[in-house]
Amino acid sequence: MSSSATDISVDLAKPPGWNRPPLIEPDGEGELLELAMGPHHPSTHGVFRMDVALDGERVIRLKPVFGYLHRNHEKLAEGMSYLASMPFTDRLDYMCPLTNNWAYALAVEKLTGQEVPERAEYLRVILGELTRVVNHASAIGFLTQEMGASGTPLMYAFREREKILDLFEALTGARMMVNYMRFGGCRVDATPAWLAGVRKVLDGLPKFADEFENLLCSNEIVMARAQGVGILRPELAVNAGITGPMLRASGVNYDIRKVDKYGIYDRFKFRVPLGDHGDVYDRFMIRLLEMRESFGIIDQALKDIPGGPVMDPKAKVRGFRPKAGEAYGRIEGPKGELGFYLISDGGPNPYRYRIRPPSLINLTVLEDMCLGSNVADVVLIFGSVDIVLGEVDR
Amino acid sequence: MLGEGILKGLGETARNFAGSFVSAERLTTVQYPEERIAPIEATRDFPFLVYDGEDWQAGMRCVACQICEKECPPKCIYIVKSTDKKPDALGKPQIYPARFDIDISVCMSCQICVEVCPFEAIKMDTEFELSTTDRFGGLLYDKKELSKSNEHYHKVHPTEAAEVDARLAEEKVKADAKAKAVAAAAAAKAAAPPAAAKPATPAVEKAAVVAPIPAAKAVEEETKG
Repeated sequence: MSSSATDISVDLAKPPGWNRPPLIEPDGEGELLELAMGPHHPSTHGVFRMDVALDGERVIRLKPVFGYLHRNHEKLAEGMSYLASMPFTDRLDYMCPLTNNWAYALAVEKLTGQEVPERAEYLRVILGELTRVVNHASAIGFLTQEMGASGTPLMYAFREREKILDLFEALTGARMMVNYMRFGGCRVDATPAWLAGVRKVLDGLPKFADEFENLLCSNEIVMARAQGVGILRPELAVNAGITGPMLRASGVNYDIRKVDKYGIYDRFKFRVPLGDHGDVYDRFMIRLLEMRESFGIIDQALKDIPGGPVMDPKAKVRGFRPKAGEAYGRIEGPKGELGFYLISDGGPNPYRYRIRPPSLINLTVLEDMCLGSNVADVVLIFGSVDIVLGEVDR
Repeated sequence: MLGEGILKGLGETARNFAGSFVSAERLTTVQYPEERIAPIEATRDFPFLVYDGEDWQAGMRCVACQICEKECPPKCIYIVKSTDKKPDALGKPQIYPARFDIDISVCMSCQICVEVCPFEAIKMDTEFELSTTDRFGGLLYDKKELSKSNEHYHKVHPTEAAEVDARLAEEKVKADAKAKAVAAAAAAKAAAPPAAAKPATPAVEKAAVVAPIPAAKAVEEETKG
């Protein structure tokens, strides 16, 4: 930034690959300490490495390194039928498999022009919002864990998550690797007993959100740790393509549920919470508020859900060949814009299969948020991005 | 007041702690394996092959069509078709799998094999305590290990199994009716003099194309008799 930046990079040994001058200056005394946080650092939510250069406690440079969990998902998908990729999408962001299913089903439905029955759309909304609750509850739980609240808030979050996962299991057969949505609907229909179960769980959730707010929102330690830390300016957020709660915490009103109105989201009344400061505390509050909006959406969907089939009777599960063309299906996933881009050459397999993972793209501003802060804050800022490595590396 | 928020939070923790002694909702830990939660019916983990009746070899529904092998995303199914045919549960000669292996260390329990099977031959089990000391051979299941009776299927997924049975019974009734109709047509044809069986109108010609084999069989039986 300043004119002396290049001088510093000459003075200090420049690690290989770090080919740009540091964005902030060290104070010039002593040497920089290079530290590899991860891939087995307990705070990195999986196998992720941050190569940080430290001047004392201050972060001077930060280089994210990913790819440790690369599973070749996109290339594998080119060699198998459209249906066979569906269970693999569960394993992208394994905290919220149902939204991954939804985004992929949406992309294929756009490609083939399949219709989705009403009831299936409602089921998708209910499951998608339950997934959002699961994701946000555990994200907040992990965030407090990283502040040093070892375990207690996380266990409260997991207690509620468990109830929702039981619902997922009762409907789809699995807690996490659900493989539920199909092109043109959903795999199995929900029984009235299941819907009653959702209602019962839903009735208990606002109490849990209150509990969480009492526990954390006015807590002085949380505020001291989180407020004014890791600020992301809205201009940078927009330029870097950040989406989801992170973007909205910076005050940018952009929610794909409102913008695209995919599925039947135009029928529900809900508000989009926005942050003011774009710091860690705002990101954490946005998630709490979004959870409350999700309760409202599930409530409306449960009231309105119609009868009827959950699969388009004309839809073919296997052995279909979409016309040559391309389609991009995107949804507002719990972590941000999750999109699948498919190109078909008329064969039974996709010609190109590309995922736009919110976690990876939200990570790109990590250095900008961390510069100048302490090492302990890096852990917190990283946690507030809310990533899952399965989705970052794919 | 500084610290008010912390006290409020601690109050919440205390309420949860005290509540965990009285409220079942707050006491969620289950002491597995001494205690177990009630099984959820839709649960699935690994596939098994369904057979009807008592004998797993005679009653196997699988006809080795290899659709599941082709669709399996992690490619954990290995099938070798038989070269001969054996009568299936309905008595119809069918190809059967000479080998049917599933490597359950590769299987990811996605249920796609179940979904694509046109014969209701492969279903998902709920058995999850499968640990073994042999990580290669012990987790590679052959068709004998995979075969489980329809009764077992009814035990693990009662609702689903009842639906499947109803569907199969319906199909059987249809197939029986069709077979009966074909047999009746053949009998009628055999009864008629052979000269009359050479028609000129296209409508009758079509009927003759459909049922040539039973007619031949009927003639054979006649000559034997």
